Amino acid sequence: MGNVIEVRGLTKRFGNFTAVDRISFNVKEGEIFGFLGANGAGKTTAIQMLCGISKPSGGTGTVAGFDINKESEKIKRNIGYMSQRFSLYEDLRVWENIRLFGGIYGLSEKVIAEKTDELLERLDFASERNTMVKSLPLGWKQKLAFSVAIFHEPKIVFLDEPTGGVDPAMRRQFWEMIYDAAERGITVFVTTHYMDEAEYCDRVSIMVDGRIDALDTPKELRRTHHAASMEEVFTQLARQAKRVE
Amino acid sequence: MIVVENLHKTYSTGLGRKGKKGKDNGNGKGDGDRNSNRNGDVKALNGVTFRVNKGEIHGIIGPDGAGKSTLFRILTSLLLPDEGPSKVTVAGYDVVRDFREIRQIIGYMPGRFSLYQDLTVEENLNFFATLFNTTVKENYHVIKDIYGQIEPFKDRRAGALSGGMKQKLALSCALVHRPTVLFLDEPTTGVDPVSRQEFWEILDRLSEQGITILVSTAYMDEANRCTRISLMQAGRFMATDTPKGITESYDELLWSVEGERMPALLAELRAHPDVKTAFAFGDNHHVTVKERLSVDALREYLTGKGFNEVRVTPIEPTVEDAFMKASMEVLNGNE
Repeated sequence: MGNVIEVRGLTKRFGNFTAVDRISFNVKEGEIFGFLGANGAGKTTAIQMLCGISKPSGGTGTVAGFDINKESEKIKRNIGYMSQRFSLYEDLRVWENIRLFGGIYGLSEKVIAEKTDELLERLDFASERNTMVKSLPLGWKQKLAFSVAIFHEPKIVFLDEPTGGVDPAMRRQFWEMIYDAAERGITVFVTTHYMDEAEYCDRVSIMVDGRIDALDTPKELRRTHHAASMEEVFTQLARQAKRVE
Repeated sequence: MIVVENLHKTYSTGLGRKGKKGKDNGNGKGDGDRNSNRNGDVKALNGVTFRVNKGEIHGIIGPDGAGKSTLFRILTSLLLPDEGPSKVTVAGYDVVRDFREIRQIIGYMPGRFSLYQDLTVEENLNFFATLFNTTVKENYHVIKDIYGQIEPFKDRRAGALSGGMKQKLALSCALVHRPTVLFLDEPTTGVDPVSRQEFWEILDRLSEQGITILVSTAYMDEANRCTRISLMQAGRFMATDTPKGITESYDELLWSVEGERMPALLAELRAHPDVKTAFAFGDNHHVTVKERLSVDALREYLTGKGFNEVRVTPIEPTVEDAFMKASMEVLNGNE
């Protein structure tokens, strides 16, 4: 199996502040990769570079097979992205949101129409086709937002705190969708502040002061840090941070 | 310090949801983020009743859409409750009639950052002190603990602060007039676990100074930091008690199941006729079972299905277990 992400020495500087400090890692095809770190550790900046919306100050790498320094437009076309803050247009209907995002990613009208039927069927959403997104309950919105993010069948989907504020049962249902996507071969790159969710990842990296200070399976991380939980692992590492925000 | 009896709040959306309530969401449960009737009115608060004692840290635990912010806006006199036989007072003042008095004695940190982005840290703080006819100097002892951490950046514009620093500034501004009651609406949303722990240590110290705190959160693990908590879902309070009282009144048989191939294990557990619920909880699954099932029987069953080295252990429930059970009852009974 190949790697969907390969980066070496990836760096981002703002003036004399180094937000991301020479990080190197791979993400394998079909993997669920947890990208953890304290607020201000550099996660968001790193994700922006990986998604092709911020130019690295240094380092090399590929995402979905494209060069992060030279082919950012191609990267954008071949990834999916969802965050808790921005995902769907509230003032558009369910089918309109799907069509909009399908169109943005260059799918034909015919393909969009076919896939829309199939998606609504699978989510048991057929009766909500014409519903305004703003009147959907939060849990449904999250499911729809995730489905829209992978509608164009990207190699990898970036999920930035997808479950913040979601109720406990819904949060678990959302993770079951993540597993389904991974089983269909979509690589999942996810950030979260819920440490139980870190356990659901195949591998987890933890950023501290712009560096990746740990990267392994949750089980190995617990073992090597002599910790009973990922929360403890995280606390041990994050408390070593020296950066003053 | 806070008394709420039979509080209702209805928003009229004019959307008209044509008889789609109680729709199955694919998991056999109704999805009740909001209760809405056929006219499209949304019942954000549905008969909320609770009390907060002086000096308590009282937690409102519930997901987005449960009605937490609506409750906070009513208690801070920024939103009117529905008319009807209800009682809502803060420090003995009625939230509708005595709104002027209430605004003098409370501090409010809304969920969304609402300071002046173009003013510096120090200017924001001075501004809020002036609004309450006081000075930063006069009440410096109240905010010293928190403000001290951002004071080195006092000349920076608020808009240019990091998330953690904005949070500390917002808390300083809510405290600068030395309020009797502090309302914190989801102060830790989107905040990492270590910064959250630090924030709760700050709340402990404020509580020691005698300030009553009402704080909302969607993080179930923060419940244990509160004196008492209320579990909230779909505009209702499902329970109010100490965190210990909440978990002690949990009456299901609860086991932890660990092993390999956790997603497949979860599916297998759900298929067992004597398993009532099964949910992932980090590195193990939590299952509730019928009384006739034994630990050994479940382990043997799973081994027979090809799962090696399965561990099944009876465990004490967490607040999250209690929340999920109560929430399922409310959502299923929502029709």
